[in-house]
Amino acid sequence: MNDWGYVALAWGVTAAVLVAYALWVILRGRAMSRRLPPEDRRWM
Amino acid sequence: MTSVPTATAPSAPDTAPTATGRIGTGSRGTRILGLVALVGIAVATYLALVSSPPDENMGDSVRIIYIHVPIVVVAYVGCLITTLGSVMVLWKKSVWWDVTAAASAEIAMVTTALTLVIGMAWARPTWGVWWVWDARLTSTAMLLLLLLGYLAVRRIPAETSTRSRRAAIVGVLLLPNVIVVNRSVTWWRSLHQDTTILNTLQPKIHDQMAFALYFAIPVALVMFAWLLVHRWRLAWMEQQLEDRELDQAISDRRAEAASGRAEDGPR
Repeated sequence: MNDWGYVALAWGVTAAVLVAYALWVILRGRAMSRRLPPEDRRWM
Repeated sequence: MTSVPTATAPSAPDTAPTATGRIGTGSRGTRILGLVALVGIAVATYLALVSSPPDENMGDSVRIIYIHVPIVVVAYVGCLITTLGSVMVLWKKSVWWDVTAAASAEIAMVTTALTLVIGMAWARPTWGVWWVWDARLTSTAMLLLLLLGYLAVRRIPAETSTRSRRAAIVGVLLLPNVIVVNRSVTWWRSLHQDTTILNTLQPKIHDQMAFALYFAIPVALVMFAWLLVHRWRLAWMEQQLEDRELDQAISDRRAEAASGRAEDGPR
């Protein structure tokens, strides 16, 4: 693998992990907010 | 719960409430923050991968540094907030800080794991090996284990305040560990290069390279802030739901006991 291969590996893994984690947080937040009455979502 | 939270994450009503209230963890504030982060990430990526020159010694693998350092900074800040939150939990028994510490620790765990992976991708072309039991690498691996331990302790079933206190005891160890990680390259003989950020305040690197690096750090912190607000709100809802389920279980048990007494009749 040349230098660009390692660069692609580092940037690719970072992007994939951060996007997957952000999606998990957003989707779980949506699912969780459906299970709670509005008064318990205190920031809204 | 032992105290009333005193502050909330930034927010503003931006969508019409439905019959059951708005759905999700987003708000006007997080959307603005998310947009700023996305634009910043696009510019930082262009600076790192296109406009900055290759390094004289490292070649194009220097471009890994432009993502490695910002991710490390996010991990450090995540640990700092977790330790601060843990101190506040132990001192003030603050629920708000408990939720903040938990949300921050999870992001710190993700970014510390990424730090190791990105570092390995840099070490292979630079040092010729993926991993070496160097002081910096080993102490970072220990930091990851400590963060996993913190999150594991939070999952041990217990009463909310007991769980918060136990986790906080682990949480206060994070910042000292970060100091060990950061200083490890000066305290021990290390393959890893010396402190980057403080050294480049008197830069010995090309202007474009320095700019790409210093631009990416605040961008990563904006992304961290966006993630933290969303994760905080999720953690808050998880705690509310847990409390409600516990209240429901207690009330069901009481109703069951009362109906049992009624069926037995007066004695």
